[in-house]
Amino acid sequence: MLHMKDVSKVYRTEMVEIAGLLEELTGGHYLLDGVEVRQLDDRARSRLRNEKIGFVFQSFNLIPDLNLFDNVDVPLRYRGLTRGERKKRIEAALEQVGLASRMRHYPAELSGGQQQRCAIARAIAGEPKLLLADEPTGNLDSQMAREVLRLLEELNARGTVVVLVTHDPEIAARARRNVHIVDGIASDLAGGVSVVRAASAAAQSSSHA
Amino acid sequence: MVAYYLELARRSFKRNVALTALMVTAIAFGVGASMTTLTVLHVLAADPIPGKSSQLYFVQLDPRPANGYVPGKEPPQQLTRADAEALLRAGTADRQAMMTSGSAAIEPQGAGLSQFFADGRWTSADFFAMFRVPFVAGSGWAAEDDARGARVAVISLALAEKLYGTTDAVGRTIRVAGNDLRVVGVIDRWRPTPHFYDLNTGNYGRGEQLFVPFSTSRDLKLERSGNQDCWGDPVGDLLAVGAPCVWIQFWVELGTPQKADAYRDFLVSYSEEQHRAGRYRRPANVRLRNVIEWLDFKHVVPKDVRLQTWIAFGFLLVCLINTVGLLLTKFLRRSAELGVRRALGASRRSIFLQLLVEAGTIGVAGGVLGLGLAWLGLWTVRQQPSDYAELAQLDPAMLATTFALALAASLFAGLVPAWHSCRVTPSIQLKSQ
Repeated sequence: MLHMKDVSKVYRTEMVEIAGLLEELTGGHYLLDGVEVRQLDDRARSRLRNEKIGFVFQSFNLIPDLNLFDNVDVPLRYRGLTRGERKKRIEAALEQVGLASRMRHYPAELSGGQQQRCAIARAIAGEPKLLLADEPTGNLDSQMAREVLRLLEELNARGTVVVLVTHDPEIAARARRNVHIVDGIASDLAGGVSVVRAASAAAQSSSHA
Repeated sequence: MVAYYLELARRSFKRNVALTALMVTAIAFGVGASMTTLTVLHVLAADPIPGKSSQLYFVQLDPRPANGYVPGKEPPQQLTRADAEALLRAGTADRQAMMTSGSAAIEPQGAGLSQFFADGRWTSADFFAMFRVPFVAGSGWAAEDDARGARVAVISLALAEKLYGTTDAVGRTIRVAGNDLRVVGVIDRWRPTPHFYDLNTGNYGRGEQLFVPFSTSRDLKLERSGNQDCWGDPVGDLLAVGAPCVWIQFWVELGTPQKADAYRDFLVSYSEEQHRAGRYRRPANVRLRNVIEWLDFKHVVPKDVRLQTWIAFGFLLVCLINTVGLLLTKFLRRSAELGVRRALGASRRSIFLQLLVEAGTIGVAGGVLGLGLAWLGLWTVRQQPSDYAELAQLDPAMLATTFALALAASLFAGLVPAWHSCRVTPSIQLKSQ
C-alpha cells in the first residue's frame, strides 16, 4: 500500500486525477500497467480507467437513487459484461465488504462507513490493478475509519495496488511506502532520499508501485 | 446498453417528476399544435390522385371576343360546349372527358321514400377510367352511349343502397327528373380530396351520387350548376352548342410529357383554326396544366392554413427552446452523478448517449400526449363550418409523423445539454462533491 501525503490539497487532488485518468497529462509520461496513456483518446482512456482503476472518494460518491447492487453494477455495465457475470461479481464484492445482506438498500439508508464500504465494493468489483483512495476515511468517525482501512489492507494483501492519499499521519504510518508531496515536489520515503518533480512523475511512480 | 439507458431515464424521471412533466408537456403542446395544423395542411394539399396527377391535364382555350384582350392574360377556366364537343370528337389525347356539375330529382319507385335531389355529374365515357373511379358493380358507359345519348346512369354506393337496399343495382331502373335511366354501374365510396376535377363545387366538396352521359343530360334538359361566363349579348338557350358561354370543364389524360407537348401544340393549332374560321377573335391562348399545377394555380390550400402551420411550428420552436433550458438544468443538476460515471469508466460518448436516450424518452412521452392534443385540435377543427373541416383526421402517416416529430424535437432539444454535460471534465464534477 502506497501512502501519499501532501500539505496542499491542490497537488494531492491533481495527482489522484492524473493517476486516475480523470485529467489529461500536460507533460511527462504515464505508464499504467504497461500502457502509455498520454496519447489515448477519451474512449480508450475511459476503457482503461474502467478496467484498471478503482476509485474510492472521500465523500463516497454513491449514486443516491440506485441501490447498492445497482451502484456496484455501474462500472460493470460499461465493461459490457453479461448479466450473469455482473451479478456474480456484484454479489462477491458486496460479500467481501460485508454488505451482502444490504444490496437492495439505498445509500441514504446506510451509515457513512457502510457507504464507504459499498464504494470500495464498487471499486473492486471490476478487479482493478490500481485502487485510488482519496481521503477514504476523511468523512468517517475513527471506528468506521479503522474498518475501512482494514478492508483496504486486506485488498492490498490480496495483490491490489492501493494508492491512498491522506494527511493523517496515523494512517500514513500503516502504509508500506510513503510519498510526500510538498509544493508539487514529491519525495519518495521508501528507500532513503528520492525526490521527483511534479504530480505526473508521482503518478508514474504510483503506477509501478 | 440502450435498455440500461432507458432504465436510467426511468429512474431520472421518477427522481424529478415535476421537471419531467414540464418538459413532456412543453413538447406535447408544441407537437400537438404542429400536428393539428400540419394534418390539416396535409389533407388539403394532398395529391388527390397519386400516381396519375402528372398525366391528367386541365384544358383551357380562349374563345372570348377581341375587346379587352391583353396578351398572355389567363384564358377562361372552362370551355364552350362547341369547343368541348369538338375536342371530345377529335379524341387526340389518350383519354378525354367533358363535364359539368348538376343536380336532378330522383323519384324512388319503392314505397316509403319521397322524391329527393341528388348531386350529379354530366360527363363522358372516359371520366371513370381517367380518374380511376372505383366500381363495386358494373362499369361506366361506352363512348357510343355518349354519341347516341343513351339513357344510362352510374350511381354511388350510397344512392344504390338508399334506392334499392343493395349495391347490386346494375340493370335496374332509376327515375331521374321524370326519365327512366338504366343503371350500368355502382361506384364505391370515392371522394378525391381536393375535388380537383371541378373546383366550382367547392375545393373539398363531396363526390357526386349520379353520373349521366353529358349528351343524355342535354337531351333530358337536366339541371346544371356551377359557374357560367357568357360574353356579347347572348340570347336563347345559354347551354346550346352555339352559345357564347363557357361552362364545361375538359380534362385529358396524356401518358408522357411528349404527349402533353404534342397536345399543347394541337390546342394551339385548334385555336388558330378557329381564329381563321372567324369563331375566335383572339390569338391562340391556351393552357394545359396537370393536376398539381392546376391546384397550385387555383390556390386550393387556404392561405390561413399555411399561416397557422408556420405559427404552430414557431410555437414548437419556443417549446423546444424551453425544453433545452429545462434539460440543461436537469443534466447540470446531475453533474456529480455523471462525474462518478465518467470516473467509473463511462466515455463521453456513453454519457452523451445516456442523456440523449433520456431526452428521446421524454420526446416519446411528449409524442403520446401530443397525439392526444392533436386529436383534440383536429376535433376542434372538425367543428368549424369550413368545407374541409370534416376531412381533418389523423391518418397512419400523420400518426407516425407525430411520433417522429416528437422524437426528433426532443433529440434536437437534448443535443446541446447532452453535449455540454458529456464534455465537462469528470474531476471538476467530482470536486463539486
